Amino acid sequence: MVEDKIRNTVINFGPQHPSSHGVLRLVLELDGEVVKRAEPHIGQLHRGTEKLMESKTYTQNIPFMDRLDYVAPANYEHCWVLTIEKLLKLEVPLRAKFIRVLFLELNRIARHAFAIGAQGLDVGAMTPMVWLFESREQILEFFEEVTGARFHLNYFRVGGVAKDIQEHMIKKISDWIIKFEEDFLDTQALLTGNRIFKQRTVSIGTIDKDTAIAWGLTGPNLRASGVAWDIRKTQPYEIYGDLDFDIPIGTNGDVYDRYLVRIKEIYESIRIVKQCLEGMPNGIIKVDDYKITPPPRATMKSSMEAMIHHFKFFSEGFHVPKGEAYVPVETPSGEFGVYLISDGSNKPYRAKLRSNGLMHLQIIKSLGVGYQLGDLPSILGSLDFIFGEIDR
Amino acid sequence: MEIKDNLVSYYVPSEKKQLELQEILSFIQKECKNSLISIDLTNFELSVIIKKDKLYTFIEFIKNNKVLMFKQLIDITAVDYPDRNNRFTVVYNLLSLAHNFRIRVKVEIEENQMLESIVALYPAANFLEREVWDLFGIKFTNHPDLRRILTDVGFEGHPLRKDFPVTGFMEVIYDEEQEAVVYKPVELIQAYRDFDYQNPWMAGLEELALSEIKNKSEENK
Repeated sequence: MVEDKIRNTVINFGPQHPSSHGVLRLVLELDGEVVKRAEPHIGQLHRGTEKLMESKTYTQNIPFMDRLDYVAPANYEHCWVLTIEKLLKLEVPLRAKFIRVLFLELNRIARHAFAIGAQGLDVGAMTPMVWLFESREQILEFFEEVTGARFHLNYFRVGGVAKDIQEHMIKKISDWIIKFEEDFLDTQALLTGNRIFKQRTVSIGTIDKDTAIAWGLTGPNLRASGVAWDIRKTQPYEIYGDLDFDIPIGTNGDVYDRYLVRIKEIYESIRIVKQCLEGMPNGIIKVDDYKITPPPRATMKSSMEAMIHHFKFFSEGFHVPKGEAYVPVETPSGEFGVYLISDGSNKPYRAKLRSNGLMHLQIIKSLGVGYQLGDLPSILGSLDFIFGEIDR
Repeated sequence: MEIKDNLVSYYVPSEKKQLELQEILSFIQKECKNSLISIDLTNFELSVIIKKDKLYTFIEFIKNNKVLMFKQLIDITAVDYPDRNNRFTVVYNLLSLAHNFRIRVKVEIEENQMLESIVALYPAANFLEREVWDLFGIKFTNHPDLRRILTDVGFEGHPLRKDFPVTGFMEVIYDEEQEAVVYKPVELIQAYRDFDYQNPWMAGLEELALSEIKNKSEENK
């Protein structure tokens, strides 16, 4: 018998592959159709955010945060202003906190809608994507009406938010959220019980509890493995401590569980949005300290002091006391944190952005092995990462 | 739903939790006397500086100890202080899911010193240590695959060091003759402007004052 030498095939998955969610290049070693080795190559979207941030003032740095996870900009901006507020020990008005939480949760719905839609698309279901994008577009329109931008909001400020939400927005969002809750049932009907969808997702990409913790998974991916950990509950910030919501967790930690956790989280977000709209108090929307926030435009024309404050705020910015802080927040995809070191000047000495996507991507090295090539898009889609945030 | 206005927006641990944090601080102080340089609790955040050669054993201890259980590695990063004798501080952020605590472990090292990799303890450290190597040039021993991660293949230098300019040294352009994308030294149309707004009136005066002191001391001679 003649012995044939068999060699495993090495292929590139991406960076142009539609289901690689951005610019992921995955080098795969295949034995037939079974993955033997998966090595992610990242950095195609590296813009040096952390380096750039060191040469900009604290306020100038807020727009950089939008460009990390460009599907959930509000959550990322929020973490940055929260870190600075912690170092400044700043007290924030209650109305600003309500508006912030309202925006965070609307963005969470939009982000999960995107994730679920894309996950459906990855396994061949096209309709959910189209329907969910319709709903997501509504949220983006609310953002546009309040902030002037659909994606890169640049809305949160140290000590509050940039502008107040208009009076009619409360009713508009309340009307929409009731309609969305009904519409969302239709989307679920397409996927949750769908036989094809279940065949592609159930007991695929299973991560057990200990593995998830060891690989640093956070957010829905960790909760799907059965760990009840949500920073909004365990280390509550803003008004989350007093709001009424639950943390959905999964049992098996497979692709299907991660999908279910996201679905349930959308319902929890709807609950929070409703509570925010109901309880929205009146009052100011940013702190009344013109060293931290700019004075109203109108006063600048008549008050000398306002003029000076305005000039100082937009040229020098404000100084943050010497010290360091790590502040984590629960973004839709997991824990995002800013580790900020201030040397007492108007610019950060060092700001490290803790990326959750980097950890979620990393697990592919051990998780992807042993599955067929066709299962990989399903697993990648369920881990739900955005490359703006991984490469920074 | 009753919303209490607790004034600040960030997370403030309850009083019980703050006491527990104090307890943990004294526990670490007692148990790890040999590896500790300093430990403090500011802004409700626990932060320890430990000796360089004790890094691995210390992290192994706080990971497996029943009282601490820091099972999750959140982040590894570094900070560059060019003026300092120990140039870099490497920072490990750890989280205890069981007890709901965070800790920051810091090690100070000189420019050419190496650190022991903790990939054997936390598989998540793999990419994070590669990132620290890529951006700061700090090497880790026993790392399975220490390559650059974020920058381009063949990139030179370590961008997050303070002596690396924001504009970088090289840029890529499409070369018509070679019909390829090539590297060339960076050419700035306008010089890089680092606006230093701190004390706009005093900036010149300080120099003036210095030169006056110099002149006077020379006169005295």
